[in-house]
Amino acid sequence: MNTKVKHNNLSPTGENPGRETGPIITVENLVKKFGSFTANDNLTFDVYRGEIFGFLGANGAGKTTALRILCGLSTPTSGEVKVAGFDIYRETEKIKKNIGYMSQKFSLYEDLTVAENIQLYAGIYGISPKKRKAKMTELLKKLELEGAKNKLIAGLPLGWKQKLAFSVAVFHEPKIVFLDEPTGGVDPITRRRFWDMIYEAASNGITVFVTTHYMDEAEYCDRVSIMDAGKIEALDTPAKLKEQYNAKNMDEVFIQIAR
Amino acid sequence: MITINNISKSYEKTPALNNISLTVNEGELFGLIGPDGAGKTTLMRILMTLLLPDSGQAYMNGLDVVSDFKKIRHIVGYMPGRFSLYQDLSVEENLSFFATVFGTTVKNNYDLIRDIYYQIEPFKKRRAGKLSGGMKQKLALSCALIHSPKILVLDEPTTGVDAVSRKEFWEMLKKLQKKEITILVSTPYMDEANLCDRVALIQNGRILDVDSPQRITEKFPRKIIRVRSDETYRLINDLRKYEKTESAFAFGQFVHFTGIDDKVEIPELDKYLEKLNHKNVLAEKVEPGIEDVFMSLMKEASPGPSEGGEKKQYNI
Repeated sequence: MNTKVKHNNLSPTGENPGRETGPIITVENLVKKFGSFTANDNLTFDVYRGEIFGFLGANGAGKTTALRILCGLSTPTSGEVKVAGFDIYRETEKIKKNIGYMSQKFSLYEDLTVAENIQLYAGIYGISPKKRKAKMTELLKKLELEGAKNKLIAGLPLGWKQKLAFSVAVFHEPKIVFLDEPTGGVDPITRRRFWDMIYEAASNGITVFVTTHYMDEAEYCDRVSIMDAGKIEALDTPAKLKEQYNAKNMDEVFIQIAR
Repeated sequence: MITINNISKSYEKTPALNNISLTVNEGELFGLIGPDGAGKTTLMRILMTLLLPDSGQAYMNGLDVVSDFKKIRHIVGYMPGRFSLYQDLSVEENLSFFATVFGTTVKNNYDLIRDIYYQIEPFKKRRAGKLSGGMKQKLALSCALIHSPKILVLDEPTTGVDAVSRKEFWEMLKKLQKKEITILVSTPYMDEANLCDRVALIQNGRILDVDSPQRITEKFPRKIIRVRSDETYRLINDLRKYEKTESAFAFGQFVHFTGIDDKVEIPELDKYLEKLNHKNVLAEKVEPGIEDVFMSLMKEASPGPSEGGEKKQYNI
């Protein structure tokens, strides 16, 4: 196998990075029902520390439901779930402190400035004012946004917004960052720049849990799960999935599973 | 047929469309390909007579979008980007409402929508607001077709839609095209360009190129080498540090490499990467895709209305 992918320096072997250090998310027999409808049908999977985990599935397959549970926003009907070592039923507040979240639809406040957005999120996550200031200066410099510090988010180009939204989501140095379709609608260069940031975060030890409809992006993940009708139908590295489904790319794998 | 001559449109001081000219032939399946903020929706709203251009002219089957707007509305079908049907009416109520507004009946034009509508017909008593994303999309398309339009305009019908549903939607469009409907469709998904007869690549209110998808990629002048190794992220970073690199970007399981000129050869790359201890390196020439072309044209084009720094971030 010459296609195995290793993105970070946490696992010298390259295979299943993070397995050595144990899972950061464990899900056992997760079931979520809405009335008679089963949105998550007995999900069992682990996400390893420091890996980029792709969470794929057709519309309505149950991704958002599972994502909300993992973020501590919704309680399972049954099953055991631990996120960053905390129990999903009893320790949701601790979970929220240890994760970051970004989606395409909701990320930054459009009518606040760049600096105000950073300060707001830093405040919510309880970062001390002193540390906040130093970190903000560092971040603005890194993003080359020093000149735009006092500009409203609404006036920024989409590419900048997304970079900033991601940076804000990991500003409090969470153990895990959840990205819900972070790259929808952006131009192809910005989309790749965004993945550069994901790789960088992962190489700094942040576990990345990401959903996407771009199948080429599935190839960038260490491991990928594919949901259909509430169940996880496949979970492995992109290379192994392609081998298993005799497919030349992840698009073909996805279509075989979800059609 | 759609004719667009030198259309410009600004929102206050922000230019949205900059001197756009374009022709969509009768019966063509034409794609407007570009990211959010490129101006796709603005152009479509002008064509749909919902927005006035600042300057320039546009014609739908010869009718002027400004002076003939009433006539145009009878011959066009429009599926806006945001779901715009009545959420509290049922599936069949929505459909018959739109038929009635256009002075026709569902029965009259049922042939045209049968292939699409039969998939949601089992749910015809359900309120539109309670439908799944895929079903909403099919209902919206049915409503846009119920008065048998000559020209169909679809604003990002596949955005946020999974890969399987996207494929099915394009199959529906291909079938409609056979019924002699001119179709203009916009999408931010570059791979969908290949499903169109011709496309316009659009960015920052400017057209970068118009042609068939085959021609667009064929005439791309640069040599692209795709590279793979065991460590993708390190590979990208190392390639970017290489003195002969113009660009290195992830493309699925590969990294697409363009040299400072086309004289950079594969063995040179192999050697460079070997020295950096990359394992299982594979480098081979590859034909460019639409995304390669789009990215290259983006870099050439001016950075547009945004920060001067915008261009800088692309220079790798």
